[in-house]
Amino acid sequence: MAVTARKLEGAEALLAVWPAPVGEASWARSAREKAAARLMAMGAPVRRDEYWRFTDPTSLLVQPPKPAPVYDAIEKPPFGDVDRLRIVFVDGVYDPDQSDPLELAGVEIQTLAQVVGTDIHWARDLFGVLETRGQDPVDRPLAALNTARATEGIVINVTGQAARPVSFIYRHASETGEAMVRHLIRMAPGSDLTLLENGAAAARFNSVLEIEVADNASFHHVRTQGRAHDRRAATAIFARLGKESSFKSFTMTANGRLTRNECVIEFTGDDAHARVAGASIGEADFLHDDTVFITHDAVNCESRQVFKKVLRSGATGVFQGKILVKPGAQKTDGYQISQGLLLDDDSNFLAKPELEIYADDVACSHGSTCGAVDETSLFYLTSRGLPRAEAEGLLVLAFLDEAIQEIEDPVLADDMRERLGAWLARRGRL
Amino acid sequence: MLKIENLHVKLEEEGKQILKGVSLEVPAGQVHAIMGPNGSGKSTLSYVLAGRDGYEVTEGAASLGDFDLLDHEPEERAAAGLFLAFQYPVEIPGVGNMTFLRTAVNAQRKSRGEPEMNAAEFLKLVRETAKTLNIDAEMLKRPVNVGFSGGEKKRNEILQMAMLQPRMCILDETDSGLDVDAMKLVADGVNGLRAPDRSFLVITHYQRLLDHIRPDVVHIMADGRIVQSGGPELALEVEHNGYADILKSVA
Ligand SMILES: Nc1ncnc2c1ncn2[C@@H]1O[C@H](COP(=O)(O)OP(=O)(O)OP(=O)(O)O)[C@@H](O)[C@H]1O
Ligand SMILES: [Mg+2]
Repeated sequence: MAVTARKLEGAEALLAVWPAPVGEASWARSAREKAAARLMAMGAPVRRDEYWRFTDPTSLLVQPPKPAPVYDAIEKPPFGDVDRLRIVFVDGVYDPDQSDPLELAGVEIQTLAQVVGTDIHWARDLFGVLETRGQDPVDRPLAALNTARATEGIVINVTGQAARPVSFIYRHASETGEAMVRHLIRMAPGSDLTLLENGAAAARFNSVLEIEVADNASFHHVRTQGRAHDRRAATAIFARLGKESSFKSFTMTANGRLTRNECVIEFTGDDAHARVAGASIGEADFLHDDTVFITHDAVNCESRQVFKKVLRSGATGVFQGKILVKPGAQKTDGYQISQGLLLDDDSNFLAKPELEIYADDVACSHGSTCGAVDETSLFYLTSRGLPRAEAEGLLVLAFLDEAIQEIEDPVLADDMRERLGAWLARRGRL
Repeated sequence: MLKIENLHVKLEEEGKQILKGVSLEVPAGQVHAIMGPNGSGKSTLSYVLAGRDGYEVTEGAASLGDFDLLDHEPEERAAAGLFLAFQYPVEIPGVGNMTFLRTAVNAQRKSRGEPEMNAAEFLKLVRETAKTLNIDAEMLKRPVNVGFSGGEKKRNEILQMAMLQPRMCILDETDSGLDVDAMKLVADGVNGLRAPDRSFLVITHYQRLLDHIRPDVVHIMADGRIVQSGGPELALEVEHNGYADILKSVA
């Protein structure tokens, strides 16, 4: 499809806002240039693009970004009780003073800045590589922009069993800040890593994670996206999964003006499995978009997508999830469920579930539902003396729990439950 | 205790009249039974008393002591001491039975201005009560009624009743689907709760339950009205002859 003048100008504008990095190793420079060229070839996203129909990208592009007041949470931050290696970013900039030393048994950690300045580095086989693969067949211009321009981020080489989870904490300090971070993770065969992410990051946030999960390696990811009301974020995860590997990613989102979370997973080795799940809750001008693309290009792999959105007072939830089963990817087991719970008539849930299957011996299923709180359940609970609001709160948590159950670690799962409960309690719903 | 006067109820959506002037009084400490053919309006009566949406009261009144039932939300009726054991207990995936019970007990206490029960106290009481109803600890951990057998669901209703200590208990076909032993457990549960300041309205199709829970009065409901009331012998008559004779005699 020819790129319209508007899309082209938009891409130019994006590249003009972020300065081209200088003084990098030649492999990095070349990856940056190619990414810029990709972005120019596809153009900036517009509402007319097939995967932006439900989510207007304009506010992710305009300059300057709309300000977002910094939200000071009173209660304890997420993952408070979890022993982890903390890496702190302030408005998207790595802050070594607030962070733990980048040392952890089982992994090697560097900053992206260090890595792109190194002439010979394994990261050259990953940086921009998975993002490029993920551009076909669906354009992901903001991820290409990230490859072209992001200078902040963390690069992790997981060589064995990470001694503790690695935790990225995104502090939001300036109302008008715009942040872009890029993380790269390479997991050696049989290695194991838990990655935690939390925080509002910035008024506008562009984050990309590329991760290569080698044979028998296992990746766990739990993130919460900060509660600042007016923040906007476009995130993307690109993962490639080897034989018998495991990938589990869960995202909790409460509040935020606009969040677009893309997740692109490619199975390249047999007998692997992946789970992507999300629980989101928001009200009024909240828009939350999960756009997932899972490609099965190996035998006997299992993928699960479980997305639950609770929407209130005019909020919008979007789910676009696709399972692509390539020829020969026999014994694929693909499951996808997306559900919207509307707490009033003003809210919207828009879903675009897709299956594209080119193998004959597969089991794929998908379902999408959207509805209000079940009146019979509400009556049952209130007839036992629960005030209606509280009964509704319990049912909301119950609805979201199916996504939370996708988290393997019970401590992390309970942390998510507590947070969602607190969100409801602050609104008198629990 | 419970006083229902000339209650007329129609379905909000279809406008269909279901209750056509029900009058009934259950004094404190008594057990009354309601029997009646399928579709006569027994469950509707219990739902309307408990405050379910979808019904319109076109005439009549219902009160619990001084408390006007029809004027209040379901949770307020519960806090005032009304309890309905559902004919079809509702499955609520994702809500733990224990969480549900504790939230319910404490919500009622709170609305009555009583202190909340602490976790340890509560746990002890639930375990003890569950044991008497032969409900195992594993069932308490499961989501409310999810995957419970028919009989387990009914026993779970009685567990809730025992925990909430209501003063007016309505049991809608709690005996249906119970095996002989479970019926005995449920009846023991109910009898254990009998007290001078607590009343029961037991909806049933079978005389058998009434062997265990001796009613003071048996009412026969047909086509939205109480058509006959009498002593326990009325239930026996139904058991032997069905409703035909009774309905003929009042027609
Ligand atoms: N929501 C509804 N929509 C349509 N009809 C209804 C509804 N609720 C009740 N009815 C009708 O009202 C009548 C009374 O129903 P109800 O459930 O109260 O009967 P019941 O006496 O409890 O019967 P059973 O002994 O079978 O439990 C029936 O004809 C039933 O079909
Ligand atoms: Mg009935």
